[in-house]
Amino acid sequence: MSGEGPVRVLIDLTRCQGYGQCAFLAPDVFTMHGDEAVLYDPDPDDAQRERVLRAAAACPVQALHVDRMAMRHRTASGPATRDGAAFRRDGRIVIVGASLAGARAAAVLRREGFTGSLTVIGDEPHPPYDRPPLSKRVLSGGVPAEHTLLPRLREEIGAEWLLGTAATGLDLAARRVRLADGREVGFDRVLIATGTRARPWPDPAEAALRGVHVLRTMEDAAGLREALAAGPRRVLVIGGGFTGSEVASVCRDLDLPVTLVERGPSPLSGALGGVLGEVAAGLQRAHGVDLRCGVTVTSLEGDADGRLRRAHLSDGGTVDAEVAVVALGAVRNVEWLRGSGLAAGVWGVACDAGCRAVDANGLVTDDVFVAGDIARFPHPVFQYQFMSLEHWGNAVDQAEIAAHNMVSDQTRRWPHLSLPVFWSTQFGVNIKSVGVPTFADEIVVTQGSVAERRFVAVYGHRGRITAAVTFDQGMWLEFYRRLIERAAPFPPDFPHVDRREDPRPVPAGAPERIVAAAGATVVVTGHDPSERRASLAPGR
Amino acid sequence: MASQSPSESPSQSTSGSASESPSVSTSEHASQSVFQRILDPANRADPYRLYHELREVPVRREADGTYVVSTYREIVELLHDPRVSSDRRNLARPYGADALADAMPALAFIGLDPPEHDRLRRLAMRHFGPPHTPYRVESLLPEMSAMVTGLVDGLAGRHRADIVDDVAYPLPVTVICRLLGVPREDEPRFHAWADAIVETLGPGEEDRAERERARLETTLHLRDYLQELVAAHRRDPGDDLLSGLATYEGPDGAMAPADVVATAGLLLIAGHETTVNLIANGMLTLLRHPELLKRLRGEPDLVVRFVEELLRYEPPVQFLPQRVALADIELAGTTITAGSPVVLALASGSRDPAHIPDPDVFDPDRPYTEHLGFGGGVHYCFGAPLARLEAQLALRELAGRLRAPRLVADPPPYRPSATLRGPRHLLVDYDGVDPASP
Ligand SMILES: Cc1cc2nc3c(=O)[nH]c(=O)nc-3n(C[C@H](O)[C@H](O)[C@H](O)COP(=O)(O)OP(=O)(O)OC[C@H]3O[C@@H](n4cnc5c(N)ncnc54)[C@H](O)[C@@H]3O)c2cc1C
Ligand code: HEM
Ligand code: SF4
Repeated sequence: MSGEGPVRVLIDLTRCQGYGQCAFLAPDVFTMHGDEAVLYDPDPDDAQRERVLRAAAACPVQALHVDRMAMRHRTASGPATRDGAAFRRDGRIVIVGASLAGARAAAVLRREGFTGSLTVIGDEPHPPYDRPPLSKRVLSGGVPAEHTLLPRLREEIGAEWLLGTAATGLDLAARRVRLADGREVGFDRVLIATGTRARPWPDPAEAALRGVHVLRTMEDAAGLREALAAGPRRVLVIGGGFTGSEVASVCRDLDLPVTLVERGPSPLSGALGGVLGEVAAGLQRAHGVDLRCGVTVTSLEGDADGRLRRAHLSDGGTVDAEVAVVALGAVRNVEWLRGSGLAAGVWGVACDAGCRAVDANGLVTDDVFVAGDIARFPHPVFQYQFMSLEHWGNAVDQAEIAAHNMVSDQTRRWPHLSLPVFWSTQFGVNIKSVGVPTFADEIVVTQGSVAERRFVAVYGHRGRITAAVTFDQGMWLEFYRRLIERAAPFPPDFPHVDRREDPRPVPAGAPERIVAAAGATVVVTGHDPSERRASLAPGR
Repeated sequence: MASQSPSESPSQSTSGSASESPSVSTSEHASQSVFQRILDPANRADPYRLYHELREVPVRREADGTYVVSTYREIVELLHDPRVSSDRRNLARPYGADALADAMPALAFIGLDPPEHDRLRRLAMRHFGPPHTPYRVESLLPEMSAMVTGLVDGLAGRHRADIVDDVAYPLPVTVICRLLGVPREDEPRFHAWADAIVETLGPGEEDRAERERARLETTLHLRDYLQELVAAHRRDPGDDLLSGLATYEGPDGAMAPADVVATAGLLLIAGHETTVNLIANGMLTLLRHPELLKRLRGEPDLVVRFVEELLRYEPPVQFLPQRVALADIELAGTTITAGSPVVLALASGSRDPAHIPDPDVFDPDRPYTEHLGFGGGVHYCFGAPLARLEAQLALRELAGRLRAPRLVADPPPYRPSATLRGPRHLLVDYDGVDPASP
């Protein structure tokens, strides 16, 4: 069992319930941060192999994968039609985007018995790696950025990996993907998994100042880590979403002074609503973050050497900082799909619940699939509204559904119905969520205590439960997931343990976010149904 | 490498030494529910075939109003359901069961709900494991390993041993004593109390009053002793768990002296017979699967997955008997009514074919072994990392050093408890004892 090359570890933090067994049995690899958040080195020293295997065996929810990311859900799909069987045997599949969703889909395709040719195209030079550690242990210096490679995927999948090459076009009629270097790759079916990139600071000259960072890739993380390790006098974080808040948390762990500027009323309020936003604000202030809400950064000012030194705020104030982290959300990587005829725009690529892409007319395509951060799909539980989720668990789930459907006959296809789940680790607290917290008008804290920052908050929309968020109480999340799936009444009306807060719901303060992304226009032309067409207005 | 265990075939009821099994007559099958038959000591050697029957109705109401839950998914749901309490004071009316719960020191955190449970457990965890003391268990490894080697050394020079009395029994108490910081000269007394408490566990009414009296007496001795010990550690703290519990004060406040004593008692009791049974069940399973015994000799790391499968297949804790429904709970077509006692049949859930393929096959090579051996949710076994290491060390050493071990009786005699199930004795013959590997 030893000496089998490097150990690669991955925790499915969507499943992990913070039992800490791994941290007991391999304390040099896994550490608990607070009650429930587990941090780890995905690429530990070989000498740790025995301990890591012990930890993996002990994980009560078997969320800890060593060397390979095995899959546990329903497998293969039974007998296929003759065409289906032929496609499985020697079809051609191309996956564009070699990150979490792309790699996961490749693995599932093989596991589902697809033996045809498989090509994975990625513009980053690295094999697939995991992003969540980048804003956590990598930034704090706990593990180097290059330790985040996903468990042994490339060797085993048996695919052609075209890395460091961007796709620049998709020709659906000719069934070809065009690459930046002029090559073309033909396919029978294609999976779009090009995800998102960090939204840059809008002023290119200011964005180019030394000290101004974004955080999306391994290089970004390595660069920012270096900047933080140099001990800047102050760090400015622009944007109080999950990434910005996690960066601020790491800064405080490193004892660096940090100012966080958030346009909304509180950090995380965009995702969790105003009530929990206030809790997050309290958490940040208690950890010494200089938090400025209801304010925006209007410009960044450099010195004569092109080095950042100051930011100007909309309230007239200034912040002197040597490092600024622009955490203003993500931009979907859809440019390469321009002209493809797909419904691709700033909102991502629209698809049905089976991950099949929708074209600009709103028609479902048969051979084009979408998964991960780039997908925009209708969710039956949330009134069939289209949503895009930038969550790890969603990328994995959707990749599995897409891969399955790519090699399955119509009648055996699966819908992507799992409820959205995500986690974030900040200021020693593990925040987990199930459902859609922004799809809510009221909120009530059912279990635990807000003052202790250990609680379960439940969200309701028109008398039914639509989401739950836990702060260091992740073990209860599954219970609330089932309530959401059953459309259980809100507010919950049953007796239960640990009821300490006021049982009366209050307005959730959810921003109106489940409305269509602003900025995109669809034009419909023609009168007769046979001529009616939707097309995208040229963007920006 | 999997194979069917002999215990899967319906076995004769060989109740151990008659003196300790308050044998309930088995002639009244007709009137007995399947759960009652499971509790019947006559079925102790193989309850698993009865679990098949039990699972036919995932949530079953017994005549006395107890609900027995036996399928994996339903058990997991209740372990994570905030409408389920571990505090028996929430029962609509008092209830006596064959009980782990009965043996637990009153109001230690195993029998409390959040937030009090969480506070006390956090205060105890602070001195036992991550995030504050991540290396405590690992640092006990060399000592535990030496204890195991010593115990197996003690089997040399003869050809028959009782794995229960000679190895499985002494180990966990010694480990807990080191962990708590019990002075070595007091260890023998600790062993005696632990034994006495275990001996007083069991179902049946026959000598209930007598057993209760004996247990109370032991518990009082233990409490007096622990009180003094805690006071001594408070005066002169060392680097042990008890000193930590007695002296620490932080965001969660301090542990009240009575809670320190209750917690220490809980650690002793919850970690004793459970671990004994795991080691004994492990040796029994190895002897019933000679090919695994052989593999383990050449492949010592296999013990990790072996112990995990063991916790699924022959778990020391067969039921959690002390849950209470706080609300009406709809589950698998049945409504558990508020105030009712709920029994979670962990051992049955871990062998639920809807959860795991070929559940009655012992197979340490399964890609996933998600089992209920240590419970789940907020009461998930506090001592699990320690228990795993103890069992791994003991079984690896026994498999590696006993030459040609063989069972003297199969099935062995069992202790009466259906909840904490395990052999009373496990006699093994062998040709010799190999020297310890360095
Ligand atoms: C710093 C950070 C922290 C995070 N933390 C959490 C967390 O705590 N919890 C959580 O749930 N989620 C977290 N996430 C989100 C999670 O990482 C994403 O949901 C996940 O990476 C999505 O995977 P994906 O494969 O869909 O997209 P991506 O990971 O964005 O991958 C898309 C890939 O496609 C490539 N690509 C783009 N265009 C092209 C093209 N034209 N040709 C070829 N390749 C192309 C991209 O370079 C990229 O490699 C975090 C993300 C970041 C950045
Ligand atoms: C093989 C050995 C063991 C098994 C099978 C086992 C099993 C269990 C189970 C099933 C529970 C859950 C009880 C419930 O939910 O009500 C539990 C709880 C507990 N166990 Fe263990 N245990 C073992 C060893 C140990 C050891 C060695 C210790 C102490 C060091 C220990 C300490 C505890 C404590 C304190 C609890 C209560 C936890 C709580 O309520 O939060 N156990 N154990
Ligand atoms: S659930 Fe598994 S991975 Fe998560 S902390 Fe516990 S042992 Fe580690």
